Amino acid sequence: MNKRIERRIELKAPPSRVWRAITDHREFGTWFRVNLAAPFAAGREAVGQITHPGFEHVRWRAVIQRIEPETLFSFTWHPYAIDPHVDYSHETPTLVEFRLSPTPTGTLLVVTETGFDHVPAARRDEAFRKNDGGWAAQMKNIEAHVARPA
Amino acid sequence: MSRAQPEAPAARRRHHAALFAALGDETRLALVNALAAGEPRSIAQLTGGTRMTRQAVTKHLRVLEHAGLVRCRRTGRESRFEFDPAPLGEMREYLGQVAAQWDVVLGRLREFVER
Repeated sequence: MNKRIERRIELKAPPSRVWRAITDHREFGTWFRVNLAAPFAAGREAVGQITHPGFEHVRWRAVIQRIEPETLFSFTWHPYAIDPHVDYSHETPTLVEFRLSPTPTGTLLVVTETGFDHVPAARRDEAFRKNDGGWAAQMKNIEAHVARPA
Repeated sequence: MSRAQPEAPAARRRHHAALFAALGDETRLALVNALAAGEPRSIAQLTGGTRMTRQAVTKHLRVLEHAGLVRCRRTGRESRFEFDPAPLGEMREYLGQVAAQWDVVLGRLREFVER
């Protein structure tokens, strides 16, 4: 199997709008639900506090890789790192890329996440799965909702 | 998963379909059984004692490999095939969790930029 995630979504907003939403740290924080103190800069770590209800105790970290206006924004991070008792820094980070291209009706956004070499040890932990049960179930519910064809 | 995925459930169904299709063949099931029984085997070993040609076995192994049921390890000039379902299941579950999170997050991005 190919160990990558890819999502393509058509947004009814111009690339300039989508670009701002993704790369302005305050706008990014609004929909990504993380409180970021400083603007994104290539090569720099971005750190913030998650604002998603129930996960406010979790720190969010990513290293910004590329910022190519209205074309590509990318960062590396540890996906799904929501257990504050787990040290994720030993895991191999994955690369997240947001690619934008204009369409007649707005913007095609392609999000890929790559670099899943193996399932991190922490995610194999039965305790992690149990703790995570509610969150995962909630995700599935919402997933069914948002994944409807546009 | 390298192709476009309009929605996660459809992508998952596609995966399952590929998995079942790979197993829905007598020859391939026999190969999986042979590999699941023990050590990694070469194509010659898998062909031995059967009436199948090397090409036929290779073709079936590639189908299984594509579905993630079999892994090919190259040692020098020889390829050995092994069956390992565990990482497949774990990886599938893990990627499913991460992908589901993306669906939620990107749903919020859509609301944010389209409002």
